[in-house]
Amino acid sequence: MWEYTDKVLDHFRNPRNVGVIEKPDGVGEVGSMACGDALKLTFKLDRNKKIADVKFQTFGCASAIASSSALTEMIKGKTLEEAEKVTNQDIADYLGGLPEQKMHCSVMGREALELAIHNYRTGSSSKKILQGRVVCHCFGVTEDEIERVVRDNRLATVEQVTNYCKAGGGCGKCRDDISAIITKVRGTIDETTAAQKPQPKHLTTLQRIKLIEDTLEKEVRPALRKDGGDIELIDVVENKVSVALRGMCAKCQVSHFTLKDVVESKLREFVSPDIVVEEVSS
Amino acid sequence: MLAYLDNNATTAVASEVLEAMLPFFKELWGNPSSMHKFGGQVRQYVDRARGQIADFLGADSSEIIFTSCGTESNNMAIRGAMEAASERLNFITTRVEHPAVLEPARMLKQRGCYVIELDVDSSGQINLDQLREALNLGKAFVSIMWANNETGVMFPIREIAQMVKAAGGIMHTDAVQAVGKLPIDLRDVPIDLLSFSGHKLHAPKGVGALYVRKGTRIAPLLLGGHQEGGKRGGTENVPYIVGLGKACELAQRNISEEMIRVAVLRDRLQKGILENCPDVRVNGDQAHRLPNTLNISFLYVEGESILYHLSDEGIAASSGSACTSGSLEPSHVIRAMGVPFIAAHGSIRFSLSRYNTDKEIDYVLEKLPPIIRKLRDMSPFGR
Repeated sequence: MWEYTDKVLDHFRNPRNVGVIEKPDGVGEVGSMACGDALKLTFKLDRNKKIADVKFQTFGCASAIASSSALTEMIKGKTLEEAEKVTNQDIADYLGGLPEQKMHCSVMGREALELAIHNYRTGSSSKKILQGRVVCHCFGVTEDEIERVVRDNRLATVEQVTNYCKAGGGCGKCRDDISAIITKVRGTIDETTAAQKPQPKHLTTLQRIKLIEDTLEKEVRPALRKDGGDIELIDVVENKVSVALRGMCAKCQVSHFTLKDVVESKLREFVSPDIVVEEVSS
Repeated sequence: MLAYLDNNATTAVASEVLEAMLPFFKELWGNPSSMHKFGGQVRQYVDRARGQIADFLGADSSEIIFTSCGTESNNMAIRGAMEAASERLNFITTRVEHPAVLEPARMLKQRGCYVIELDVDSSGQINLDQLREALNLGKAFVSIMWANNETGVMFPIREIAQMVKAAGGIMHTDAVQAVGKLPIDLRDVPIDLLSFSGHKLHAPKGVGALYVRKGTRIAPLLLGGHQEGGKRGGTENVPYIVGLGKACELAQRNISEEMIRVAVLRDRLQKGILENCPDVRVNGDQAHRLPNTLNISFLYVEGESILYHLSDEGIAASSGSACTSGSLEPSHVIRAMGVPFIAAHGSIRFSLSRYNTDKEIDYVLEKLPPIIRKLRDMSPFGR
């Protein structure tokens, strides 16, 4: 069992402010069924623009429910300007701390709150829209978000980033990428290592196909298989590589990302920088 | 009230087993290899335990090697047999094995072995045609579990073993979840190597065994002792070996009747949940399933939350959800079966033993539905 504080267990067993507010002023929705946790936050303001009421619905583990409950208690009666200062660490502190591996639950709370406030102010979507470069494709986490948790929580390792925002917790392919982001944010980027790339060399067609297949096997398949999917090499014509997605990947909404970003970048890195990947349905 | 329904994780030590073990911490503490009475008198009890286990499995005493746990047995079977093989072997296994098989398989792969992981379908069953194809690729060491720890799904191990032997391969089965829950007769099933563990059948943790059919070549993992015919060095863990022997004797006594009783309880639990909780799905092939296991998904809710509420009521179960493991993804077994995410995160395993009672099942059926309702009311995906 996890070492949850009494306060976490109290908010889990007796969650405060569960539900949805009818005609809310702001709505924020984060997470998904696939990710294993999700939170919908709704609030209503009073005449003085203070949060008069706030409610949550959470799908998730004990600490996800407790973090949501705690958040609602923390922001009730606050102005939006005050509420948006609440950090994920504040939520964790309010609960007397969370296990390190569960810190992402507090980040989910902070994200839902920000979305809800943004939704109120601009009328934008209540749901998170991936903006900028997606680093972790398993959990849909962008570079900006990773930079944010690293900065806010002074994180130093990839494991910490995974604990705080899940990035890197799926296939693990983006860990090097996350490591680079940590280095960048912490202002100690070492430009020499980033510049070292394997030199392309001349390959026969057979060697090329073999190298492509090996790269798919070592660099791509393990990630896809984790999600119940697979990829098949269909054809190679000069620099054009045709692949077909199998299993769960064939139906996945983010498969376009998977292909463009992961497969192509891996093949470009390990085989040749001019490779173009296309998906065929056979 | 307490209801322990997590017997695929570990079981309570039977009082008869503990009784049988105690003398070996007191007067009978000698080393069975010694040339004096302190030790010499202990040897016969180790031999007797070996006999009890052999009887239980339909094996010969000389075919039983004591180990420290199921994981060691699996490692010894796989690494020992692969090392002892005189020719290059492919390695065939399934995607739903325990890590104690999958990790050694990964190690073999890194060392250049051709490893094939067979898929399972949505009911958790493998396709024997796929196995046949894999066997046609060359001589193979095959490691396929008898029954799955998470779903209880049983593979047609007799048929599999016959196919493997017909193809000239070596057949290993991880039977950690099968031994003690199914009658097993190795005279009838052509398995070469079989692993099992004491603490899944009411012996204590810290003892297991590996069955090695006569004529099967196997290299030891632990060097430095003549014990176990030189196949597993190290002074015998006598009290635990005696306990394992006793546990097998107890299980053998009336395994069929006991397991019918357990299956009736399990079926009543399943029926009760299906009747009282909407939006649930039973995971795994119900026609070929251990009598004690029920893996069931509660849609729209997350497993850890269910377990904590159950634990508050004194009920012990387990979950294949991501949060319970500390990882971020649901169990590899649930994913291999293609269980949709909507159900994967809310999968709960109830696993019974002969010590469970009707009253405990009633109690679970009383406490569980309100917990599910409460969590669903709280879930943004709930109905």
